Amino acid sequence: MELIAEGVSHRYGGTEVLRDVSLNVRAGEILCLVGPSGCGKSTLLRLLGGLEAPGAGRISTRGAPPEGCLNPLTFVFQDFALLPWRSVAGNVSLALEHHALPTAERARIVEDALRRTRLSDFAGALPRQISGGMKQRVAIARALAVEPAVMLLDEPLSALDAQTRELLMDDLVQLWARRPFTAVYVTHNLSEAVRLGDRVAVLSRRPGRVREMVEIGIPLAERRAEDPPLAAVERRLWEAMREEAMAADRELVDG
Amino acid sequence: MAELSAGGEAGEARPVPFRGGGFRPGRARWAAPALFAALLILWEAGSRAGIVSALTLPKPSDVALTLWGLAKSGALLEHLVPSLTRFAVGSAMGVSAGIAVGVMIGLFTLARAGLAPLVSALFPIPKIALLPLFVIWFGIGEGSKYALIAFGAFTPTVVSTWGAVDNVDRTLIRMGQSFGMPWRDVVRKIVLPGALPGILSGLRVSLAISIILLVAAEMLGANRGIGAYILEAGALYDLEKLFAGVAILSVMGMATSALIGFLERRLLGWRN
Repeated sequence: MELIAEGVSHRYGGTEVLRDVSLNVRAGEILCLVGPSGCGKSTLLRLLGGLEAPGAGRISTRGAPPEGCLNPLTFVFQDFALLPWRSVAGNVSLALEHHALPTAERARIVEDALRRTRLSDFAGALPRQISGGMKQRVAIARALAVEPAVMLLDEPLSALDAQTRELLMDDLVQLWARRPFTAVYVTHNLSEAVRLGDRVAVLSRRPGRVREMVEIGIPLAERRAEDPPLAAVERRLWEAMREEAMAADRELVDG
Repeated sequence: MAELSAGGEAGEARPVPFRGGGFRPGRARWAAPALFAALLILWEAGSRAGIVSALTLPKPSDVALTLWGLAKSGALLEHLVPSLTRFAVGSAMGVSAGIAVGVMIGLFTLARAGLAPLVSALFPIPKIALLPLFVIWFGIGEGSKYALIAFGAFTPTVVSTWGAVDNVDRTLIRMGQSFGMPWRDVVRKIVLPGALPGILSGLRVSLAISIILLVAAEMLGANRGIGAYILEAGALYDLEKLFAGVAILSVMGMATSALIGFLERRLLGWRN
């Protein structure tokens, strides 16, 4: 399934957040959205997933979602969004309970999702008992459980410390290697973008527009953090973003 | 090292004083019974020594004897059963209606715009003043008492529920919607459990108000019940009986508080 944005503009009150953004997410790719803070990349993601309605323009999907897909556009949130009163397994099962599934089938899906994210041993733990990295893995398991056509990840690693981020990035790469998924990945971290993205869209400062679209030709599984070609891409992205970030930094929030 | 301690007499190490304590009440299970016992002993001793006259305050031991007699004669049950029934029925009606309205105010624009000012208008009315009205509407029997207690528990429950629903993390609600959860499920699985801590702590206030109104209702029109018992004792200036009745009310208050504490530990174990 493809996800397409055509001429999307959006404003909050008097503030124009996005201006005429067009992009498409191809089946099987990870599209990273990077940009200076406040450029509207998270807003764009919420628009893509239907959590907000665009002020102008159109968001559409083309093609059928994969077989067994329960929720075509599925979010992974920055702050995990786990129910603190439900166990790890309960949080994953939350995404399935309102679908007509036989109990055994639901249990199988939960178990499978927990196994893929290496959480099987923590199925009964409560969110407050587990680390931040594990919480985000629960959120990823919950997203995988509904077999999404497109995963929408909103700065999924930003709330984590640097080491955990590194580990979780490897997890994402491995998950993708075992079963490729389509995703839009919002981040302000360029090294995350070049590690995980097939393409990287650089947004300008507010109002956000697509300033540049960079294709990274290296297969995901073959990338290493210090690869010279990757470093070159990262440098190029930074060149594109630097000016925007500096200008954004000087703006008043409500100016 | 010497140049680092410039200005001071070099060499001597002084421990950094600890200054981060306090502001963090812990648990001390013994404190409440100890204070309680100390007060009673002081009181009893004062009465026996003649410092406290029996006309102004009865001896605690006499009050205890009165309670014991009340229990042995079966009169305690005769008063306690109707009181507890009224308390249970009235507050159950008030609390459940209050939670329903509070959730509606928390979730719907129209309910908030329409009902919130109405609740603010009802809240400060002394409910006891309405008892004659309730007697006309619901009769002199149990109906008017249930209505009074229910009404008293209703308004504080609405306010606390509404606040609790407002405080539910909106990202959790968006998360539910992002998984395509139907509205009903979002309310049942996310909003209500998320609001439960606030609802339960509001219940402490609502139930205490219920007890006050229970006594008021029984004083104004009942033959049986703790309120009627206290009223009768007061009319006869029988201070032992009066204090026995008041002691029963205190125990009821503590019991409801303990019940809510129990519910909190059972239902909100996920917090800490």
